[in-house]
Amino acid sequence: MEEKMVFAGFGGQGVLFMGKLLAHAGMLAGKNVTWIPSYGPEMRGGTANCSVIISDNRIGSPTVDEPTIAVVMNGASFDKFVDKVKPDGDLFVNSSIVDRTTDRNDINIIKINANDLAYDNFQTSKLANVIVLGHLLAKKNILNKEIIFKAIDEMVGEKRPEMVEINKRAIELGMSV
Amino acid sequence: MKKVFGRTKGLTERAFHYCPGCTHGIIHRILAEALEELDLIENAIGVAPVGCAGFCEVYFSCDMIGAAHGRAIAVGTGAKRARPENTVFTYQGDGDAGAIGLAETISAAARGENITSIFVNNSIYGMTGGQMAPTTLPGQKTSTSPFGRDPEVAGHPIDLPLLLSHVEGSAYIASVSVDTPKNVLAAKKALKKGFQTQMEGKGFSFISILSTCPTNWGMSPAKAIKWLQDNMQTHFTMGELKVKE
Amino acid sequence: MTKMLMKGNEAIAEAAIRSGCKLFFGYPITPSTEIPEYMSKKLKEVGGTFLQAESEVAAINMVYGASATGVRVMTASSSPGYSLKQEGLSYLAAVELPAVIVDIMRAGPGLGGLGPTQADYFQITKGGGHGDYHPIVLAPATVQEMVDLTMEAFDLADEYRTPVVIAADGILGQMMEPVEFPKGSSKDLPHKDWAATGAKGREKVNVSNYCLTNEIGERNCLHLQKKHEYIKPRVQRWKSYKTEDAEFIIVAFGTSGRISETAVDLARKEGIKLGLIRPITLWPFPEKAFEGILDQVKGFMSVELSTGQMIEDVRLVVNGKVPVKFFGKQGGMTPAPEEIVTSFKAQFGLE
Repeated sequence: MEEKMVFAGFGGQGVLFMGKLLAHAGMLAGKNVTWIPSYGPEMRGGTANCSVIISDNRIGSPTVDEPTIAVVMNGASFDKFVDKVKPDGDLFVNSSIVDRTTDRNDINIIKINANDLAYDNFQTSKLANVIVLGHLLAKKNILNKEIIFKAIDEMVGEKRPEMVEINKRAIELGMSV
Repeated sequence: MKKVFGRTKGLTERAFHYCPGCTHGIIHRILAEALEELDLIENAIGVAPVGCAGFCEVYFSCDMIGAAHGRAIAVGTGAKRARPENTVFTYQGDGDAGAIGLAETISAAARGENITSIFVNNSIYGMTGGQMAPTTLPGQKTSTSPFGRDPEVAGHPIDLPLLLSHVEGSAYIASVSVDTPKNVLAAKKALKKGFQTQMEGKGFSFISILSTCPTNWGMSPAKAIKWLQDNMQTHFTMGELKVKE
Repeated sequence: MTKMLMKGNEAIAEAAIRSGCKLFFGYPITPSTEIPEYMSKKLKEVGGTFLQAESEVAAINMVYGASATGVRVMTASSSPGYSLKQEGLSYLAAVELPAVIVDIMRAGPGLGGLGPTQADYFQITKGGGHGDYHPIVLAPATVQEMVDLTMEAFDLADEYRTPVVIAADGILGQMMEPVEFPKGSSKDLPHKDWAATGAKGREKVNVSNYCLTNEIGERNCLHLQKKHEYIKPRVQRWKSYKTEDAEFIIVAFGTSGRISETAVDLARKEGIKLGLIRPITLWPFPEKAFEGILDQVKGFMSVELSTGQMIEDVRLVVNGKVPVKFFGKQGGMTPAPEEIVTSFKAQFGLE
């Protein structure tokens, strides 16, 4: 198994966190993982992304030029990555914000209205990222729910223990839709 | 016979290499005496500069570190932060602390770096053979201001102690001279106050000492003293400029 | 031991603290800034001191001052900042002071950009500052190696009384990978009787090499030269990958080294007997890695994130016996493994 993933959106959408959570869970599952953010002033321009690789093998190149899975949380990220996704790869689109379409028919486009779901269920858009991650886990058999929950316990529990439960509920919501 | 004067233990047996009439020798002696009288010879770590006093490391009998040009205060900062229990001083010329190392000097003052910096100002670059210094006076001839320093072209001299006295974080700033026996004693007192400031943990101490350079000024030692009194003492702010209680 | 997911920069900082590094002097610069940030948070907990210097030049000279008193000290920067530190590097080397300096390389020349590069190879390994000297240079390729080599760097610095440089790039600094922290080393290291600590109960020391007598100057230089020769055979580190039966070998370090490992696997799938030598010490260059294989190999290719700098050291070792080719990316770009294989095949006529 090897997935090369990109998570992209604008600042505040928690795309770096999504990637980190998944990478952390991958580590707990005993996989090889890498996580690289876009760094420097690029971040302050409003868009952010990170690349995550989860693999059973040693990871050579940690950069992701052709993602097998891309998650785009805003329109600019859709534009940036839609043509880069590997044929037969998956493009997860936050359809609450992104209304773009593509001519590509060699990739799977999976839409999820994450911001609406987050508002409706948690009265905040802040958990849209976690909902998308839950949806990704349901569609792609990368890691199981228990491992993600453990990663949430460790990553979120350390700094904001009061947020652990709601993050888990957001994962479950994403998995169920 | 009662001994009334002896060589200070603060100096090694090495003979100075300084030119005749240069006041580095006097400054070395009073600094060494200050170290001895404050019982600092076994505790102090001195930082030697680049310039005429580059060899001061072999004259002082405390541990010494040789620094790059202008970096003595940064080196002293590193030593002091590593060993706060030691008394750390730098010995620098006007080019070292006032030009190439000006950023280090001002930043250390602003940090209230608890070290003592001794600044020997002879208004010229001695070691390299008499070029213009940041403290060269308007009209003063040097080998790189052969027609006299023209402030329109070469800028103005920096009154470094005055500047540092305005920097929050500096604790003791004095501007002294070693042109007369009375002033030599006052200079030594200022050095001791600088060290005491450090020993009491008050922050950055800086003692500027006006010095002669008969060789590069092209004067006899006696005439050089007179020139210092007539030109430098009138141009640079003198006395204790800041004493933090 | 539990694994932690950590950024390379943070892993270096944590490893330094666990190695007994007590002081850090630095100046923020992307993409190495997490190192001073981490140090500013954590050094205090272990009774150490973090100080943000007014400049890169001041920072390296503070390192010099602290090291002169015998404590473990580190600084970190990225390429433009490393250039500024060269003055201090030269002085550290001259007076034989141990210190660890990290360069998380970014694209140059000039202000360049923030992307990863290995184009500081020359300025790190060949001295860089004035005079004849070489710091020991360690080049990690994974976050785990950033931990292991940082810990080793402090020991090497103390053992050989020399500055040691960790040479990584922006990807390695910014990347997160799982890491484990081994127990700190308990190596028997020489006592620092040369340090300036106050001349109590002993002769005074001068931590300095200033000298206007040419004969003594020569003696000092010969001493350093002899030390370099002593270090060379003892400190070489590298990883060989599938070189046993290799007909061709890629030489690459750090990020380009790990990418080249994938390239080797791709070429092998096509039946090409390709191998990889990944230098871990850039100085001394791991000449020993080439021993015994020069006769079996038809050619080498140096893969670098530069226009070709390490290739000069490869050519010195290969000494004209077989062709040495080059493939590189610049300005913050990294190659895909497929590109490396394509270039390799084209340059050796294997299409």
